[in-house]
Amino acid sequence: MSENLIKPENLVYQKTEALTDRVMHYCPGCGHGTAHRILAEVIQEMGIMDQTIGVAPVGCSVLAYYYFNVDMQEAAHGRAPAVATGIKRVFPEKFVFTYQGDGDLAAIGTAETIHAINRGENILIVFVNNGIYGMTGGQMAPTTLVGMKSSTSPFGRDTKTMGSPLKITELIAQLPGAYFVTRQAVHKPGNVRKAKKAIRKALEYQKLDKGTCFVEIVSNCPSNWKMTPVQSNKWMEENMFPYYPLGDIKVPEDN
Amino acid sequence: MKGNEALAEAAIRAGADAYFGYPITPQSEVIEYLMANKPEDRTGMVVLQAESEIAAINMVYGAAGCGKKAMTSSSSPGMSLKQEGISYIAGAELPCLLVNVVRGGPGLGTIQPSQSDYFQSVKGGGHGDYKLIVLAPATVQESVDYVKLGFELAFKYRNPVMIQSDGIIGQMMEKVELFEQMPRVEPNYEWATLGKKTDQPATFITSLQLQAEEQEKVNHRLQAKYREIEKNEVMFEKINCDDAEYLFTAFGSCARITRKAMEMARAKGIKVGLLRPQTLYPFPVDEFNKLADQVKGILCVEMNAGQMVEDVRLSVNGKTRVEHFGRYGGMIPNPDEILNALEQKIIGG
Ligand SMILES: Cc1ncc(C[n+]2csc(CCOP(=O)(O)OP(=O)(O)O)c2C)c(N)n1
Repeated sequence: MSENLIKPENLVYQKTEALTDRVMHYCPGCGHGTAHRILAEVIQEMGIMDQTIGVAPVGCSVLAYYYFNVDMQEAAHGRAPAVATGIKRVFPEKFVFTYQGDGDLAAIGTAETIHAINRGENILIVFVNNGIYGMTGGQMAPTTLVGMKSSTSPFGRDTKTMGSPLKITELIAQLPGAYFVTRQAVHKPGNVRKAKKAIRKALEYQKLDKGTCFVEIVSNCPSNWKMTPVQSNKWMEENMFPYYPLGDIKVPEDN
Repeated sequence: MKGNEALAEAAIRAGADAYFGYPITPQSEVIEYLMANKPEDRTGMVVLQAESEIAAINMVYGAAGCGKKAMTSSSSPGMSLKQEGISYIAGAELPCLLVNVVRGGPGLGTIQPSQSDYFQSVKGGGHGDYKLIVLAPATVQESVDYVKLGFELAFKYRNPVMIQSDGIIGQMMEKVELFEQMPRVEPNYEWATLGKKTDQPATFITSLQLQAEEQEKVNHRLQAKYREIEKNEVMFEKINCDDAEYLFTAFGSCARITRKAMEMARAKGIKVGLLRPQTLYPFPVDEFNKLADQVKGILCVEMNAGQMVEDVRLSVNGKTRVEHFGRYGGMIPNPDEILNALEQKIIGG
């Protein structure tokens, strides 16, 4: 209807066709919805809705196939990079992405993540790092900050017994198969624009068969951090960003 | 040809699109043969050595979800690792071919042949109520033929199919007739993720239902499919059963040894036949039931501590005596001890 009310030259914002009309189940203030939105916008803008296959494993975004208006496969917890490998190897001409949480990508799926990237699988990995297990109710994640409280680190993460927060993104950037590695956020308009640009770049590289592109999105989890959305974004800036600094981590040399 | 290599060649010829695997004795020849024979050049088939069996089965999931003919092979410890993925594949109703060249267990066990994964293959193996179609070759020829049949059944029912062989069949050399190269086919299934069609809703592959009512519906659908498979796909071989007073039953390589014991018994005047299930699921329940009216006892010979014997007992439902004889942990029974077991446990028992 909006199309009828607003003249094309005045239109600044429009619903993307690469998302369905389904109401998302994400909590108020959660970054998942925005991350979905920009990925979907890029897919639509590139005109590749009919050539894209996404993989969402278990985590808060397990139902991503209800929201993305592209063909999707739901994967077991941690296995998305392997599933995406299977898809990309039989459909090299398609655009393939995974959309994974930190528990999924950096704990149970570490092996699948590292090896898919080490093979240089020509896929996009979107990694949403909220420092916690969102879906299962706020348990400690590999990326949970030192001292940060969660339901399985009720007195704060103690590095002596629980290890240190894993900088998986820096780790995988070392791999020759990783072509473009960047860390972004989606809590402010400026960040949303940058993150969207990064996703666009990644999918353009995929078209050129360049290897794995990895876009981390440092995000929040108001429900499990037990904060309001505004508080959670502030906390993220003050605590997550110093440990997980935003910006490109590996940029293509031939660029 | 060597069993494992013949099976690998059959995969190429069956028009398989993709193989994903991880080395483990006694089946590593499957991926070695595939790598050496360049199926990518011959048919465009993809072969990839994964970082683990877990990764391999999930690659199968991804490729199968695209409607492609995908397969993996392994041996017992590796098959245990694949169970999570197999359960997801069964739940998402994807077709694929799995090969288990069984070795002795539990644990790391032994690399010698065994049939101790019968329960794992036939009763589900992973979590949830599901069934694999399980084919049990007794010869290299059957390993080859079951690759083709396995893919056919997998796509007919959108269900994972397992070829369960063992270290004997995988490693032995036999004459084999290979079928002609079949073409690879471009998938065109409405359930597969092929890229969204402009005028149609997107497709998704999942094994998740948040509502119990919906998950029960999925289970009803699966069960209806399994009943259909039980009705249509039972396969077995019967030897010397017409006049049999006693019955041997065994599957796979063990059936060949048992056949020798049957011949020795016949030479001694003991009227014994052999029923060899070729499908372990669906199980030849009706055939056992019929023979149970005729024979005075059944000896189930297995290279395990007694697994298929449970299905034999369930099939005959007390109508006749059923005993088990097994060697396990990688040991292979010899015909003398099988005949002896028949005389002791069934005829004299
Ligand atoms: C094999 C297996 N183990 C555990 C779980 C339970 N589980 C579901 S989601 C999840 C953690 C999700 O956290 P994350 O990947 O960080 O994503 P988020 O929910 O925060 O977006 C866990 C442990 C599971 N589904 N499967």
